[in-house]
Amino acid sequence: MPPPDLHLDEKSASFWQDAWHRLRKNRLAMFGLVVVAVLALLCGLAGPICGHIIGFSYEQQNLALGPVGPNHVHWLGTDRMGRDMLARLLYGGRISLMVGLLATVVSLFIGVTYGAVSGFAGGNVDMVLMRCVDILYALPFTIFVILLMVFFGQNIILLFVAIGAVQWLTMARIVRGQVMAIKQQEFVEAARALGLRRRRILFRHILPNLLGPIIVYATLTVPEVMLLEAFLSFLGLGVQPPHSSWGVLIKEGAEMMEESPWMLIYPAAAMALTLFSLNFLGDGLRDALDTRGSKE
Amino acid sequence: MPLLTVNHLRMSFQTRAGTARAVQDVSFQIERGETLGLVGESGSGKSVTCYSIMGLLPRPQARIEGGQAIFDGADLLALPPRELNRYRGRRISMIFQDPMTSLNPYSRIETQLMEPLLIHEKITRAAARRRALDMLSAVGLPDPSARARMYPHEFSGGMRQRVMIAMALITKPDLLIADEPTTALDVTVQAQILELMKRMRQELGMAILLISHDLGVVSGFCDRVMVMYAGRVMESARTADLFYNTRHPYTRALQKSTPALQVKGRELYTIAGAPPDLLQPLPGCPFAPRCEFAIEACARAEAIPVEVAPGHDSACLRVQKENLPL
Repeated sequence: MPPPDLHLDEKSASFWQDAWHRLRKNRLAMFGLVVVAVLALLCGLAGPICGHIIGFSYEQQNLALGPVGPNHVHWLGTDRMGRDMLARLLYGGRISLMVGLLATVVSLFIGVTYGAVSGFAGGNVDMVLMRCVDILYALPFTIFVILLMVFFGQNIILLFVAIGAVQWLTMARIVRGQVMAIKQQEFVEAARALGLRRRRILFRHILPNLLGPIIVYATLTVPEVMLLEAFLSFLGLGVQPPHSSWGVLIKEGAEMMEESPWMLIYPAAAMALTLFSLNFLGDGLRDALDTRGSKE
Repeated sequence: MPLLTVNHLRMSFQTRAGTARAVQDVSFQIERGETLGLVGESGSGKSVTCYSIMGLLPRPQARIEGGQAIFDGADLLALPPRELNRYRGRRISMIFQDPMTSLNPYSRIETQLMEPLLIHEKITRAAARRRALDMLSAVGLPDPSARARMYPHEFSGGMRQRVMIAMALITKPDLLIADEPTTALDVTVQAQILELMKRMRQELGMAILLISHDLGVVSGFCDRVMVMYAGRVMESARTADLFYNTRHPYTRALQKSTPALQVKGRELYTIAGAPPDLLQPLPGCPFAPRCEFAIEACARAEAIPVEVAPGHDSACLRVQKENLPL
């Protein structure tokens, strides 16, 4: 007869269900999740929203109008060329979020593979791979981007490449360290004793154990990448007009800060809100996915 | 022909302080269906011997310097990793000391149980799942279909060791290597796990190599026992012979230092001194400095196991020549 406290009839809570349960109890993280979801939805639907609700496109100029503050026609005002700020904010957000997401995915993919292989192989392989990372780390990022722009011209794909190429380094280091720790554990030895191949052990047994830290670091990378994009755009190295990103909008707004403060305030607020939300979400995920404190 | 024949196995660890000769000239055989106990204190080389056979030694620090491990005609020590994987988990399985850490915390019990089947046999997932559930009930896990969906952290230590045993035996191996399978468990659970292993041995008829430092466990479980010290074989014999007709001072000393329930109020016997430093070359018998029977020759002549009675090997120089009052 099983002891009564085992709940055998209940479906066993999986790791992810547990994590979701803990995340839901974290108010700040849930706030972050909701804000990010809403913003992503709004920016993703920028086309239809601009067409049917706002009634202006992001590039539709009205030079005669010039910059005006928020009113009932232009809800967030217009910029120097009379373009609707709300439309530009939504379109800009689309690019900012996309850069954030894509560059993170790129860095995730390279960083996780590189770090996992390095940590798992160990020895001389690890030594060589990690010294390469050190060398890349030492390259000044801005100069690297400027060089890329000079040689290949400015386009948005290059922006992903440039940011991704820098961001994966940290990811690789984190993953390598974790893999080295986990490969010492007995279940990896047990997997070897079962006759599993090295690749299967690495990708089926070790990496799943790293999902927690990887997800957390990825959510923290998104805002970092967005900030980088804003920084590059601010320097005039990023997204080119008439396209906009939050970084571009902030730059334009900063130039007109005194005459038309709304041009700075709204994009800056949108950016700050997103960054805060993503960071809260990342922190929340870290707590939720950390099984060490709550289980065993 | 024996199932496994280990001949003159030598292996060492390269450390910063020098070369540690962890296993020196170890030879033994296991017949089909036989249970061999490997006894010795920590650092005597018993685990490392098994890890060598299984190809689980940490590279590049560990190095096999010589010898063979012939399993069913193939030398396991000489096989390339890919070939070795056809034996590991399929014909030779292993269970480990600490059941708390030898299961992957992030995957379900059934996934882990099915894995050896899926990689070693041509089998559908559904069939593998059925075998996994059968195996779980065979090792005495109540309500296997619900338990199989659980994660290792939802299991107690004893239950995890049952799962480990199920995982090791699911491919019906010819040889099971058990590296101190009960050391991390409390005494009542220890007895249950040993009972389970006995039952599985009867049902599946596999040979077992049991590593332990617990003489009590070994005496009740094994057909033959081999005693190791400082990487060498000191004595090996049928279990009853080893315990009742001991032919090596070290084995006798081990027996005397086992706490017994009936003798009260007497201080427990301990072997004076400490195990030798494996970094230093060891001429002669490694136990000589601690041995109450040691004579001058013991420090010089190599200790090589010689048959002193039918099926009974001893590496003790004096036992080989005369009748010691052990």
